[in-house]
Amino acid sequence: MNDDEDLSAPVTMEMRLSVNGIGYPITVDTRETLLDTLRERLDLTGAKKGCDHGQCGACTVLVDGRRVTSCLTLTVALDDREITTVEGLADGSVPHPLQTAFVRHDALQCGYCTPGQLCSAVGMLAEARAGWPSIVTADGGSVDARLDEAEIRERMSGNLCRCGAYVNIVAAIAEVAR
Amino acid sequence: MTTVAARAVGTEADRVEGLEKVTGRARYAFEHPIEDMVYAAPVPSVVARGEVIAVDVAEALTFPGVIDVLWHGNAPKLERVGNAELHVLQSPRVAYRGQYIAVVIAKTLEEAREAALRVGVEYAVERHDVGLRADHPRLYRPERVNPDLPADVQQGDPDTALAAAPVTVDAVYRTPAEHNNPMEPHATVARWDAEGLTLYDSTQGATSLRDAVAPLFGIEPSSVRVIAPHVGGGFGAKGEPHPPVVLAALAARRTGRPVKLAVTRQQMFSVTGYRTPTIQRVRLGAHPDGHLTAIVHDAVEQSSTIHEFAEQTTTPTRIMYAAPNRRTTHRLVRLDVPTPSWMRAPGEAPGMFALESAMDELAAACGLDPIELRIRNEPEVDPETGLPFSSRNLVACLRDGARRFGWADRDPAPGVRRRGRLLIGTGVAASTYPVYRSACQATARAEPGGIFTVRIAAADIGTGARTVLTQIAADVLRVPLGRVRVAIGDSALPRASLAGGSSGTASWGTAVTRACEALRDELDRRGGTPSTGVTVSVDTTEENGEPSRFARHAFGAQFAEVGVDRDTGEARVRRLLGVFAVGRVLNPKTARSQFIGGMTMGLSMALLEESVLDREFGDYLNHDLAQYHVAACADVPAVEAYWVEESDPHLNPMGSKGIGEIGIVGTAAAVANAVHHATGIRVRDLPIRLDKLLT
Ligand code: FES
Ligand code: FES
Repeated sequence: MNDDEDLSAPVTMEMRLSVNGIGYPITVDTRETLLDTLRERLDLTGAKKGCDHGQCGACTVLVDGRRVTSCLTLTVALDDREITTVEGLADGSVPHPLQTAFVRHDALQCGYCTPGQLCSAVGMLAEARAGWPSIVTADGGSVDARLDEAEIRERMSGNLCRCGAYVNIVAAIAEVAR
Repeated sequence: MTTVAARAVGTEADRVEGLEKVTGRARYAFEHPIEDMVYAAPVPSVVARGEVIAVDVAEALTFPGVIDVLWHGNAPKLERVGNAELHVLQSPRVAYRGQYIAVVIAKTLEEAREAALRVGVEYAVERHDVGLRADHPRLYRPERVNPDLPADVQQGDPDTALAAAPVTVDAVYRTPAEHNNPMEPHATVARWDAEGLTLYDSTQGATSLRDAVAPLFGIEPSSVRVIAPHVGGGFGAKGEPHPPVVLAALAARRTGRPVKLAVTRQQMFSVTGYRTPTIQRVRLGAHPDGHLTAIVHDAVEQSSTIHEFAEQTTTPTRIMYAAPNRRTTHRLVRLDVPTPSWMRAPGEAPGMFALESAMDELAAACGLDPIELRIRNEPEVDPETGLPFSSRNLVACLRDGARRFGWADRDPAPGVRRRGRLLIGTGVAASTYPVYRSACQATARAEPGGIFTVRIAAADIGTGARTVLTQIAADVLRVPLGRVRVAIGDSALPRASLAGGSSGTASWGTAVTRACEALRDELDRRGGTPSTGVTVSVDTTEENGEPSRFARHAFGAQFAEVGVDRDTGEARVRRLLGVFAVGRVLNPKTARSQFIGGMTMGLSMALLEESVLDREFGDYLNHDLAQYHVAACADVPAVEAYWVEESDPHLNPMGSKGIGEIGIVGTAAAVANAVHHATGIRVRDLPIRLDKLLT
């Protein structure tokens, strides 16, 4: 950037964003969050904006299989990473077992936190299978990937649900975990 | 019309839009793609009271992508309506911190937000007054309280009765300002074209929003269309219209392009309503055997300087318990604060926290079990009007709950149950919510292929309304669920009341029932569905206008078990159980979700929620989800909801009472009563923070 360049002009970068197995060549404003890129540029509105500050979990997606809050992730940093959103959880027309369990257990009301809950649950179950402990895991104990309710509640506490569907969310996840 | 289907009402049907929601296909307001769209970023006031004397837009306009900056000096003029909160950018006056005073419109969200920071505003600042207190010199009695109830009601001579009562309770209870915080922030996409204004909006009522916005722009309601197929929660915050939707429409009008505006979570704390803080004094007079002789419940609340919202805090006290002498009052003070509005069970939730805490104190004073105390004061008729109750099963809820919860062997002594570091306690409280119903229209159509479509501008904000209306229609039409489509969430559909006051299912369900009955008759008359299909329309204005000879209310009882850490003072709920008497339950699955959702919000109200006022700057300090705590998954253990059989022919064709709000009512008192039982400490000001339990 040379000296007479307008400092207010957006800095942009060309990159390839890979979402749900599809590559999107795009030019991004370096200020752009992954959440806004998905929602405003790619019309992938499954990820929700609840706070834009990493406080609610509604925007949770998976980056290389790990859950992240996409509102705190700059798109420009994601060249060559694989992103999975709620739109990519199903296997073709067959819903992911968590999606089916959420409907059956009525683990959603308004549905606005739901995509974040689902992506978070997918990431969380993978963490448990990898043996990652949580604060409620007994000291020195190993993680039982079937997860009891206290483990699920603890590990899902980054995803707020104002409708108060927690009891059903935990039941739905527990069914899939076992 | 010969198909005989299994009854759908009463079954645990899954949400009809469940799959759309879990796959991310359900579109909420901000998510409707429209060509040529631009973004709006509002500029909020940073002072609580004063006048905007200059707005410097020059720098913002030089920013790339910026299309325009609107403020009161250049904004299109709006017509005056009853609610001055909606006169957005019409005057230099600032009535509260966070009020919108300008808006930047730009091609991208990033550009709009960046430029909004560059709008220079000069204020003539005036001293603000934002503190609610019970001795405020400007307290006054509002004419009516929400929704349209008398401010004060008196029966008998409560002062004399109190003075003569052998046992009395006289205590002040406080509830803080609380913010609804639905997970979906308020959002609008506004577009003007030859037909008028289209709003994709996050609203609890497409018809009512249309009717509120049209007069502001001096156009007919028929020139406004509001589309809201899915709404990410509201809890009242998306009931009354608020400034953001008006600002979006203004910006779209001025730029001639579709405008998207999403309120930030921070801004939601000033421009989308909240629950007023309350200061409530409750006085109970009773015989030693617990029979009440007098009840006095006085509430002090706030509103803004530009619009009066008077919450009905003490109204549940008018119907709860028998007592020959009673007074309930409301006093308001207009402060330099945002206008409060509806938040889940406005009135009932804070009011019953006070009354049901006081009843617990009375039980202790009389040496009575709190359930027995309530049973002894069960009225035979509505104490306020003298009308019989259409049904009242509070006692059944208390008894059933006591059995399920394991209340019978409870030792009433406070502060004596230890488990490790925890002090354990249990508490109970009653809950109630009135039965409301509004007039609506609906159409029902039979297609030749055997599919039926019902249309009504209802809203599903997560209640399960779409599902329940489908069940109702299927049963009246006597067809399986799969053959019925219900179209809602669009003001182009037949007009409907909004999702509020737990009245949705009663209001819309009545219209859907009547429409489907009329269609059935029409098909019988015609001997089948004609090849072009057939449509009938109904209007329930007349049916709804018939005055009831009954007092109609839902009742319930909540039970809580808490553990309080003796070293840190941290109180946590271990289990919650509610039993409700709400007429006929139309879908046990979604109804249970409503009850546990309400109770979860009640738990949150009891232990966590508090909008902290910054007296120096004059607004709510903890304005995000990191600082305004709502219950998270780990805060919510076992929550169980049950209901008693209740058959009530005096309600509506479904026999149902509203269920969206009663779950929160009573829960905070049950938790506070349990905390008292655990620790011996009576917390009379919510939330029950740990510093209040460290002695
Ligand atoms: S929107 Fe990202 S955490 Fe809330
Ligand atoms: S379902 Fe509404 S916020 Fe979770």
